[in-house]
Amino acid sequence: MTKFIHRFAGASAALLPVAAHAQEAMTFDQRVNDVFASSTGWFVNLIFAPLPGTSFPWIVLWLVVAASVFTIYFGFIQLRAFSHAISLVKGDYSDPNDAGEVSHFQALTTALSGTVGLGNIAGVAVAVGIGGPGATFWMILAGLLGMASKFTECTLGVKYRNEYPDGTVSGGPMYYMTKGFAERNLPGGRIFATVFAVFTIGGSLGGGNMFQANQAHAQISGILGDFPGWITGVIFAAVVFAVIVGGIKSIAQVTEKVVPFMGVLYVGTALLILIIEYDKIGWAFGQIFAGAFTGLGVAGGLVGALIQGFKRAAFSNEAGVGSAAIAHSAVRTSEPVTEGVVSLLEPFIDTVVICTMTALVITISGVLVVDSETGRFILNEAGTSILTVDGSSGVGLTSSAFATGFSWFPYVLAVAVVLFAFSTMISWSYYGLKAWTYLFGEGKKTEIVFKVIFCIFVVIGAAAQLGAVIDFSDAMIFAMAVVNITALYLLMPIVKREMQSYFARIRSGEIVKYKG
Amino acid sequence: MTRTILVVGLDGSASGGKALDFAEERAKALGDCLIIACYVVEWSPFTFQTPEENEQRHKRREEEIKIAHARVLDPAIADAKAAGLEIEGHVFHGDAADILDDLAVKRGASQIIIGRVGARGLKERLFGGVAGRLVASASVPVTIIP
Repeated sequence: MTKFIHRFAGASAALLPVAAHAQEAMTFDQRVNDVFASSTGWFVNLIFAPLPGTSFPWIVLWLVVAASVFTIYFGFIQLRAFSHAISLVKGDYSDPNDAGEVSHFQALTTALSGTVGLGNIAGVAVAVGIGGPGATFWMILAGLLGMASKFTECTLGVKYRNEYPDGTVSGGPMYYMTKGFAERNLPGGRIFATVFAVFTIGGSLGGGNMFQANQAHAQISGILGDFPGWITGVIFAAVVFAVIVGGIKSIAQVTEKVVPFMGVLYVGTALLILIIEYDKIGWAFGQIFAGAFTGLGVAGGLVGALIQGFKRAAFSNEAGVGSAAIAHSAVRTSEPVTEGVVSLLEPFIDTVVICTMTALVITISGVLVVDSETGRFILNEAGTSILTVDGSSGVGLTSSAFATGFSWFPYVLAVAVVLFAFSTMISWSYYGLKAWTYLFGEGKKTEIVFKVIFCIFVVIGAAAQLGAVIDFSDAMIFAMAVVNITALYLLMPIVKREMQSYFARIRSGEIVKYKG
Repeated sequence: MTRTILVVGLDGSASGGKALDFAEERAKALGDCLIIACYVVEWSPFTFQTPEENEQRHKRREEEIKIAHARVLDPAIADAKAAGLEIEGHVFHGDAADILDDLAVKRGASQIIIGRVGARGLKERLFGGVAGRLVASASVPVTIIP
């Protein structure tokens, strides 16, 4: 894996001088794509290898089985603790003496700003475009089950975080792998943590960076007309550089404050479209359910819908991936379970609410071409995805679906996409940095090296084509889940003990509300 | 006669200083009196933060408390003690109006004393300053020093 990163960084460095020749822009994009696809292909194939004799990728089964195991092992915690999660976020249980520390609300929204973004807009469009509306059903199911995975990893993230003498905190799977394994007398904690950290760096550069840059470029060029991706990449990289290297915090702070409003605006617009087209909602849900079990003629049929739904849900809400454990660990609480419970809300908001909105709007808008005689979807020439009215895919598909309701929406969406992409990049640069410093040690110099690499990948991501970028992003993020979920299985008895003790004290009245 | 307790809001401004002066005068006149000087760092649990801000938050909070003590509370406490008065100082995070009122109720204070002019930002113009909100909602008498 390290070798892979080296190869990759080497390839990108070799390509850089070409950037100086603007006239070769198109060939540059093409070359980036070729080098990219050929250097990452083997890893992508390994992660998405189908189960023997089927077309079902083992990794999807891995995630779903894990989420189901956690759901059962913790006794449907996502249902039982849902209202408790809301009172925790409201601050009902927050000790007034901790005022001024990181609140549950702040930890949740910080984690959410890393997950809510292109996965909800572009990822869902990819899922529905390939798997049909039926993919939505599997996506929602994966979101609901994923709540239990999130609970497990975030509880552990807080329990085993590092609190340094200067008052800062560092948490995440690297720490629960080393400390948690040691506590249970399990071998290999450090190896797990190292492998996880390597994949996190890959995920940070892939899904947390290149995919974002790529889709932001797609959206901008959709409005301004086609232009080479590396231009968007360089501009994005410059702004990201200013924030993470230059330390210009104001940009990140403004983004953090604007992004939630963009999220509300996005969901609000989707709701408006659904209200206007209310008569089609029943039909859309019919399509979702029918498609979930029959496939309605989409690429790969039922299995295609299921794979796409599960894949995109996991990519969007990152349950089981381990990234949220890093984001949630800064909260001020003496009870790790409280943050686990709060983190339950993340897949719910991200997948069950926002992703479903996108999927419904795409389904209702009629941008997916249906054969009027059979009522089945028509596939594109290559037979890889459903034919769309304007031939768009990814974020472009979401954009044209929303445009059927409000013609001005693509402009708003473009701004939203750029901001979402940016805030996700900032979050993932942090996750990547935590993994990097875990491997190479804390220190200004090592941090700068990672941050510069991160910025270079922004340019590569914007220049490469969607397919290659999505494959690599998925592969890296799912590779994180392979290591993380194995650790979660080994550590889940600790979480169960914490959970039982916490809820017993809630019932006995030992833990009481401070207000409300 | 029971002891009188006065809650004074300090913010490091001249206006806050006047409030403390007034409280000291009252305390001298009353005799058996405790002044509770309170500095509030404006903070809300419902803001949006970057991961770095969260990571640094605990450290920043400690720094904020230290600075408030060093720059505002400690000089005020030294002053009052030099004048032979009984005084204690606290730093809190949150909404100033809510915190001053809660503190007054919890400690059984007879009044809250604050300066009229706070830091006048746009937010204050839109939503009313600490003084205005205390007047509207406080549970004990409020004295506002011009």
